[in-house]
Amino acid sequence: MKIHLKVWRQKDQNDEGRFVEYTANDVSPDMSFLEMLDIVNIELVKKGETPIAFDHDCREGICGSCGMMINGRAHGPGRGIATCQLHMRSFQDGDSVVIEPWRAAAFPVLKDLMVDRTAFDRIMQAGGYTSAKTGGVPDGNSILIPKPVADEAFDAAACIGCGACVAACPNSSAMLFVSAKVSHLALLPQGQAERTTRVQRMIAQMDEEKFGACSNTYACEAECPKQISVTHIARLNREFVAAQF
Amino acid sequence: MNSFFAFINSSVGKKILMSLTGIFLCTFLVEHLAGNLLLLKNDGGEAFDAYAHFMGGNPIVRTLEVGLLALILLHIVNGTRIWLSNRRARDKKYQVYKLDENTTFQSRMMAVSAALVFLFLVVHLRKFWVPVRFFNEQSVSSLVYATFQQPFYVVFYLVALIVLSYHLRHGFQSAFQTLGWKTKKYSGMIEFVAVLFWLVIPVGFAIIPLYIYFYGGSAVAMMR
Amino acid sequence: MTLNSKIPDGPIEKKWSEHKFHMKLVNPANRRKYKIIVVGTGLAGSSVAASLGELGYNVLAFSYHESPRRAHSIAAQGGINAPKNYSNDGDSVYRLFYDTLKGGDYRAREANVYRLAEVSGNIIDQCVAQGVPFARDYAGYLDNRSFGGAQVARTFYARGQTGQQLLLGAYSALVRQMDAGSVKFYERREMLDLVVIDGKARGIIARNLLNGKLESYAADAVILATGGYANVFYLSTNAKASNATAIWRAHKRGAFFGNPCYTQIHPTCIPVTGDHQSKLTLMSESLRNDGRVWVPKKKGDTRNPNDIPESERDYYLERLYPSFGNLVPRDVASRRAKEMCDNGFGVGASKMAVYLDFADAIKRLGKETVFQKYGNLLDMYKQITGEDPYTTPMRIYPAVHYTMGGLWVDYNLMSTIPGMFVLGEANFSDHGANRLGASALMQGLADGYFIAPYTVSDYLASNKFAAVSTDAKEFKEAENSVTATINKLMGIDGKKTVDEYHREFGKVMWDYVGMARNKDGLKKALTLLPKIRAEFWKNVKITGNAHEINMELEKAQRVADFMELGELIAMDALHREESCGGHFREEYQTEEGEAKRNDKKFAYVAAWEYKGPGKKQALHKEDLDFEYVKPTQRSYK
Ligand SMILES: Cc1cc2nc3c(=O)[nH]c(=O)nc-3n(C[C@H](O)[C@H](O)[C@H](O)COP(=O)(O)OP(=O)(O)OC[C@H]3O[C@@H](n4cnc5c(N)ncnc54)[C@H](O)[C@@H]3O)c2cc1C
Ligand code: HEM
Ligand code: HEM
Ligand code: SF4
Ligand code: F3S
Ligand code: FES
Repeated sequence: MKIHLKVWRQKDQNDEGRFVEYTANDVSPDMSFLEMLDIVNIELVKKGETPIAFDHDCREGICGSCGMMINGRAHGPGRGIATCQLHMRSFQDGDSVVIEPWRAAAFPVLKDLMVDRTAFDRIMQAGGYTSAKTGGVPDGNSILIPKPVADEAFDAAACIGCGACVAACPNSSAMLFVSAKVSHLALLPQGQAERTTRVQRMIAQMDEEKFGACSNTYACEAECPKQISVTHIARLNREFVAAQF
Repeated sequence: MNSFFAFINSSVGKKILMSLTGIFLCTFLVEHLAGNLLLLKNDGGEAFDAYAHFMGGNPIVRTLEVGLLALILLHIVNGTRIWLSNRRARDKKYQVYKLDENTTFQSRMMAVSAALVFLFLVVHLRKFWVPVRFFNEQSVSSLVYATFQQPFYVVFYLVALIVLSYHLRHGFQSAFQTLGWKTKKYSGMIEFVAVLFWLVIPVGFAIIPLYIYFYGGSAVAMMR
Repeated sequence: MTLNSKIPDGPIEKKWSEHKFHMKLVNPANRRKYKIIVVGTGLAGSSVAASLGELGYNVLAFSYHESPRRAHSIAAQGGINAPKNYSNDGDSVYRLFYDTLKGGDYRAREANVYRLAEVSGNIIDQCVAQGVPFARDYAGYLDNRSFGGAQVARTFYARGQTGQQLLLGAYSALVRQMDAGSVKFYERREMLDLVVIDGKARGIIARNLLNGKLESYAADAVILATGGYANVFYLSTNAKASNATAIWRAHKRGAFFGNPCYTQIHPTCIPVTGDHQSKLTLMSESLRNDGRVWVPKKKGDTRNPNDIPESERDYYLERLYPSFGNLVPRDVASRRAKEMCDNGFGVGASKMAVYLDFADAIKRLGKETVFQKYGNLLDMYKQITGEDPYTTPMRIYPAVHYTMGGLWVDYNLMSTIPGMFVLGEANFSDHGANRLGASALMQGLADGYFIAPYTVSDYLASNKFAAVSTDAKEFKEAENSVTATINKLMGIDGKKTVDEYHREFGKVMWDYVGMARNKDGLKKALTLLPKIRAEFWKNVKITGNAHEINMELEKAQRVADFMELGELIAMDALHREESCGGHFREEYQTEEGEAKRNDKKFAYVAAWEYKGPGKKQALHKEDLDFEYVKPTQRSYK
């Protein structure tokens, strides 16, 4: 197949940036989207040009490194997958594909399709943990957690921190990400001690990072590669109100 | 515990304020519609005017009215603040952005529907409320009947109600999500009650101008 | 230099506790004065950085990732072992010790393995306290599953994402210390050299990947937890960026490399589809619990698998190993699959695959149950291949997955460079010649939470440290040598890309130093590999410059190191004239085609010493004594 690409190129943080067009030749439907970009990059290097920079690592949808806006969709067409899990089977010969980086004031573009998502880490640092000390903890089975609760906590904990929720949200809101963490720990007995301060600090940090507010459009849930549900956002809101009292 | 100030200035706090004022406005709509439906009573506007007089003369209601207007203002100011900061959060736009594949039309149109509802309110208050409060208009019902003889106003109100319906189609459930009540268990119920607000109430309001336009001519003649 | 493994005296069950008692401690008030560098923030690195920070040390943590949560540990699927005996099936510390030692084909230190088994129970408790959502039963108790190479259910899991949940737990402990100010995290920094002053590890040189600047950091101890080097084969299940640079450069500074040839091939991966293939995807071993492996009985059978009748299928694992069946250890399952394909029974377009069939499981358990148990894995398969595993058997093939070898460390996890500790997959300890499923996560966290915090403290308390500044000549020398390498690479401006070289080199590694090795092949590899390396240094093309984000340059450095390491692997494999675990030499096999060890000659750890560019590395041997478990021929029949 032949695919026409229009890719956002930006030298560094200060560069204006622009779209540049490329053609990917000999694309096989078995290729992953990132492998298609690999091929474009090899050609670019051979021509002496700078290859397109994008973050990636595990290439199996778990590390959360990859992520780009593909034809207006975070992680491209398809549901419940990260960019690295997208295969060229989803495209047709001659298709045009526009590729842009995640866009959010809180995620400055570092280069081309690479953005800085350390804002997420700073939010995590603001209480996204239980203060369990190494050693000196009780036996794992001394804390009973019914299966449905453990399952729901897991659903939230499955977040890979990719930032697609922010990218897909019309307000660049990080609520799905933050709610996943808050919800995970609020559901579990281990998370109770710091339940109040955690939600307050994490939200304060989220605001500090200049993410937008949630207007409940649910685009995040639709694009989340781990299909994290917006019911966690509802829980986050509840936790935040409860923390007030 | 956060200070109240910190709470209400946080993104989630602002949203909570939005939803509380929004829900309050929804309850106002119920009351307002109930009162306005008296207009349909074929008594030359007597019942409605009596109601209007009662409302106008009762100090408690007057106080509530001030509160209502304040809350509308709060809803608007707060909504505008959120809207502005949300725009700043997406500093650069996407060239291709298929939000339509992931969201409902109503949710995307919230700012637009809000602005139009605001426009409607300005016109609406100027038309009905200002004369009553400030120019001592005695027969509110005849004012309403006269207005809805004009096709322009009928159409204007119908359009406004459609827009309001859109605002509430998204807004009502959104308010409960914001308050954290839209859990798996209750979300069905919320969607059900929402129908009252985005369908029944706008339709109820819409009946008034339509009824007056098509059947209310004689009543006007009777009043004047 | 003679190797001293520093194994404490005493009976095996007491060694660790007595040793802990004899270790020196640092007064809490003084800990803040000690700086410790931790390179790598995967499971091993995050857990050790968090634990040391909590003790009060001043910790600097480095990763080339943007966030600790992106480390390769995140990809581990299956689970983590601990002999809690919650299943009441007769498990015990001793049994886990025994299984791990046997699984490693008797090429690991008894004392280390015992300690690993001993502390592993605490890991589960620790993770639970951090909020790791392990699978639970309806009563709320922790659930277990069984894994290859064991006959008890001792594997704790969090759906198919155990590594992710454990890493997020360790990461949360780490951010907690960052919040408290005891750990500072340096993201997107790649360690490119180790700085040794007066014979002790005292710092690192790291490149800031965002602007290309070289940065020097001084400390009193350096911990490497930089993961494995399976990407030396180009195609592996490891993350794309996983590399050997940190340990290789430390090796060149004097750290011995232990058992480089012990690499693990995982039997159940999705086969290669073409030249574009950039990495391989693992399908969890747990699939072998219910899936059946087979090939057609007829060579070159091109029929649709569903049209091949039962009588014309060869369920070869069940046939060859009636008692373990499809659950034989990884090395055995992998080798048999390769053998089937080499003999012409392979399936699929490439003929380099065997079937893993769920038809029987679906018949027996129902589609719903199969979905419950394996849904996410089967979906993943469908996503990648476009085929539906519920109706067509999956095609699988072995792929490089894990490296048991790594930097040599003593019982205290310290390398041959005093003050440099090595943790997790980066060291060589504990797994011998083959690692059992669900044991790597266990080892990484054991090292990080429960072993290194003690041994590093002991080192700090037992030594005096002169103040060093990053202006010291050793820092300048290291910085200059890194700059020289970078400049040299940037100056080549040849014709071929880094990836092309990596692929070419990896193919030689896979063909001759992969799943089955022999003398001639290894020798051939040892002539081919240096050629490719020499060409690389003349003809590689890297665009852009060294003072910006430059992924080609990052890759080039890693590949350059892999090329040197690859030769050492081949050399180690050539010298080890026996088969054991993941190291299979075709010349040394039993009549049934199983690995045949030579305990008389090779019951030792091969530790290689770097002697300078172009010089042959020196071999040191650490003899392995088996006091408690007498080596026998492994049998899974
Ligand atoms: C697909 C897959 C599935 C697996 N499943 C299981 C399983 O079910 N059970 C099990 O027990 N094991 C499993 N394993 C093995 C296990 O995941 C790994 O062995 C283990 O996670 C390694 O952890 P680590 O902390 O040693 O290294 P890693 O997690 O690889 O972390 C390495 C860290 O070092 C950093 N780093 C490396 N080099 C440098 C440098 N030069 N400068 C700066 N930073 C550097 C990286 O950024 C990263 O933070 C699996 C492995 C794979 C590939
Ligand atoms: C066709 C339908 C409507 C009619 C006939 C109508 C009629 C009136 C009248 C007569 C008044 C003045 C009452 C008084 O001050 O005594 C009034 C006030 C008001 N109306 Fe409406 N209205 C209609 C729809 C709406 C809608 C849809 C909204 C909201 C979006 C609205 C909001 C208000 C407000 C805020 C006031 C002023 C506060 C008050 O006095 O209660 N109205 N309306
Ligand atoms: C009677 C009239 C109105 C009613 C009943 C009403 C009701 C609501 C409700 C229930 C919400 C949802 C709150 C939430 O998402 O939590 C909402 C949101 C909103 N309203 Fe109104 N509203 C009215 C008029 C207005 C007007 C006049 C404006 C502005 C000019 C406005 C602006 C907004 C905005 C911007 C939001 C979206 C906030 C967000 O999603 O972030 N509304 N409204
Ligand atoms: S919530 Fe979903 S989309 Fe957002 S960061 Fe987590 S995994 Fe990505
Ligand atoms: S898309 Fe954005 S508006 Fe809220 S529901 Fe998701 S964060
Ligand atoms: S590369 Fe890891 S999630 Fe895509």
